[in-house]
Amino acid sequence: MHLWKLLNKGGNKMFTLGLDIGSLTAKGVLMKDDKLFEKHLIPVGYNSKKAALLLMDELFEKAKVKQSAIQKTVATGYGRNNIDFADKTVSEIICHGRGIHFLLPEIRTIIDIGGQDSKVIVLDDGGNVANFVMNDKCAAGTGRFLDVMARAMETEIQYFGELALRGKNPSKISSVCTVFAESEIISLVAKGENREDITSGIHLSIARRIVSMVKRVGMKPPVAMSGGVALNVGVIDSLQKLLETPVTTTPLAQYGGALGAALLAQE
Amino acid sequence: MADRLKATKRMKRIMRRYYTEAKYARLLGKKIAWITSGGPVEPLIAMNIIPIYPENHGAMIGATKLGGKMSEYAEGLGYSQDVCSYVKDDITSSITKESPVPGGLPEPDMLICSNNICGTVLKWYEIQARKFNVPLFIYDTPFVHTEFTEEAREYVNAQTKEYIRFLEKHTGKKFNYKKMNKVGRLSLESMRLWKAVLDTAAHKPSPLTAFDAFFHLALIVTLRGKKVVVRYYKSLLKELEERTAHDIGAVDNEKYRLLWDNLPIWFRMRWLSDKFASHQAALVADTYTQAWCGVIDFIDENDFLGTMGEAYTRIHLNVGVDQMADTIKTFIKQYDVDGLVMHSNRSCKPYSFGQYDIQRLIQEMDIPVLMIEADMTDDRKFSESQAETRIDAFMEVIKQRRK
Repeated sequence: MHLWKLLNKGGNKMFTLGLDIGSLTAKGVLMKDDKLFEKHLIPVGYNSKKAALLLMDELFEKAKVKQSAIQKTVATGYGRNNIDFADKTVSEIICHGRGIHFLLPEIRTIIDIGGQDSKVIVLDDGGNVANFVMNDKCAAGTGRFLDVMARAMETEIQYFGELALRGKNPSKISSVCTVFAESEIISLVAKGENREDITSGIHLSIARRIVSMVKRVGMKPPVAMSGGVALNVGVIDSLQKLLETPVTTTPLAQYGGALGAALLAQE
Repeated sequence: MADRLKATKRMKRIMRRYYTEAKYARLLGKKIAWITSGGPVEPLIAMNIIPIYPENHGAMIGATKLGGKMSEYAEGLGYSQDVCSYVKDDITSSITKESPVPGGLPEPDMLICSNNICGTVLKWYEIQARKFNVPLFIYDTPFVHTEFTEEAREYVNAQTKEYIRFLEKHTGKKFNYKKMNKVGRLSLESMRLWKAVLDTAAHKPSPLTAFDAFFHLALIVTLRGKKVVVRYYKSLLKELEERTAHDIGAVDNEKYRLLWDNLPIWFRMRWLSDKFASHQAALVADTYTQAWCGVIDFIDENDFLGTMGEAYTRIHLNVGVDQMADTIKTFIKQYDVDGLVMHSNRSCKPYSFGQYDIQRLIQEMDIPVLMIEADMTDDRKFSESQAETRIDAFMEVIKQRRK
C-alpha cells in the first residue's frame, strides 16, 4: 500500500478526481476511496481549460465536496495538456481501458467512438491495454460524423439511434467521408427514401468503419462500448450485427475515460 | 543529453561545398545530372558529372517547413493532392526558385531516373525532361516479388551498358573504366561504414537515434563513391564508438527502444524526437536509412558495374511485402526494440502500401505497432494533437508491458 494511503487510513477519506476533456464534452468523476462518488458532464466550447474549471465547480457543488479535499487529479482527453493543475495526464486509451475494466471486468475489447476520433482497445486478462488502434486522420467513423448526419436528418442526437432501429431496409451509404456522405444523404432524401431507412444506413456505415478497426486489432470477446456514443442504440445494434457478437455497455459509458483517470489517480 | 555529434558541423560544411560546386559547375566545365534517390550514381561520379538529388532537396524543403506551401503551389498548377510532395516541391521550386539552397537547384544537363523506388519518378522526370529540354535515361528495375531471376539480371545488366553509352554520348567522353573501379570500391566502402554507423545503435544505450541517422544519411545518398564520404563516415563511426565505450546514450536515461518505418516527417523531426525522449524512448533504428546499406552482399567489389544492377533492383522498396516484413523482423531482433512506429506517408505509396499487412505480421511477434499518419514534407497532412495522443497511448502500453 502507498505511504499516503496508510497516512490517510484513519478517518480522512481519500478523494481523487478524473477529468476527461474531450473535443465536444468535458466529463468529471469524483472517487471516494474505491467508490464512484459523483460525476458531471458539460459541453466543452472553445476553451478547454475554462470548461474544466467550470466542470469542477459544478461537480464539487453537486458532490458537496471542497476542492481542497481532492488529493490527486488525473486529466485525459484531447484537452488534457491544457489542464496544468492536474497531477498527471494520461491518454484516453489507458483511461477508457481502466474505466471499463472497473465497471465491466469481463470485457476484453472496448470500442470508443469519440468526438474527433474512434478507438478499439484490447485488454489482457489483467485489465491492462494489450493493443489498440485508432481511426486515421479523417473524421469518418467518429462521433462528429453522427452529429453531422443527425443534423442533416433534422433529428436530435439522443433520438438518432432509436430512429435507426425503425429502419426496415437500410439505405446504402457508400461514401466514408463525412462531407460526401452528407451530400449522399441529401440525394437519398430527394429520391424519396424514408428517414428511418436512411438513418439506419448511416448507422451501418459508421459501424462498418469501426468493424474494420476491430478486425485490424484482433477482437477478443466479450465486447463493450465506452464513451458517449454508447448511448446510441442504433450504433450498438449495427455493431452487433456486423461483429456477430453481443456488444454490451453501461449507463456510465460516457464517463469511462474520466472514471479511468480517477482510478489512476488512486494508484 | 549527449552533446551534439561533432560530425554534424563537418557534414554541413561538406554539403555546402557540394551545392556550391554544383552552382558553379558550368564555370568548372562540369555537367550536372539530376538523379533519383535510388538511382545508380557511381557511373556519374566516375565520369566527373555532379549528381543532384531533387529528393535530398525535397528533404531540405520539408525540414525548413516550406513543403505545405510548395505543394499548394503545384496543386494550383493542376497536380493532384495525392501526388508525392517531393514531386510537387521540386516542380514548384524549379519554377519559383524558392529553396533552402540559394537560387534553387542548378539546372540539369541530363536526368537519370530509376524506378526501383517508385513509379511516380517516371512521370516526374519526364515532366522535368520536357521543362529543361534535356535527355532522360530510365534505369528500369523489375519488381522482386519473391526472387531475383536470371532474366532480370540480364535485363538490368543490359541497361547498365546502355547507361554507359548514354553518358558517353552526352558528355562526348569515353567512359573511364579504371576510375569506375575506384569509385565502385569507395562506394562499397562507404556503404559498409554506413552500416557500421547504424549498427552502433545495437548498443544500450544507443549512441545515435534514427533522427541522427536521417541527418547523417545525406552523404551516403548524394556522394557515395567519393573519398570525402569514406572519411566522413570513418570519423562519425569513431565518435559513436567513443560514445558506446563510455555508455553515452543519445537519449537521456534510455529505457525503451523503438524502430521507425518509412521516410521521416521532415518538418517535425525535433518535435517527434522530443516527444519520444520525454517518454525515455529512443528510436534506435529505421528501415529508411538502412536502405543505403541493405544490398552490400549483392555487390562484388571487383565487378561493381556487373553487379550493381542486381543490387539496385533488390532495394527495400522494390521487394515484396513478405521480404519487407522479414527485414523489419531482423531489425527488431538486432536492435532489441520494444515497439515499431510506422509512418503512413501520404506521399510515398510504395512505402506505405502494405504497412497494415506488415503491422499484422509484426503484431504476431507480440511487438506493439503504432501507425502515425503524416507526410514527409507536406505539413498540411499532419495533426499534432492526433499524433500526440497516439504516441502517448502507445508509450503507455509499452510501459505497462514492462511492469
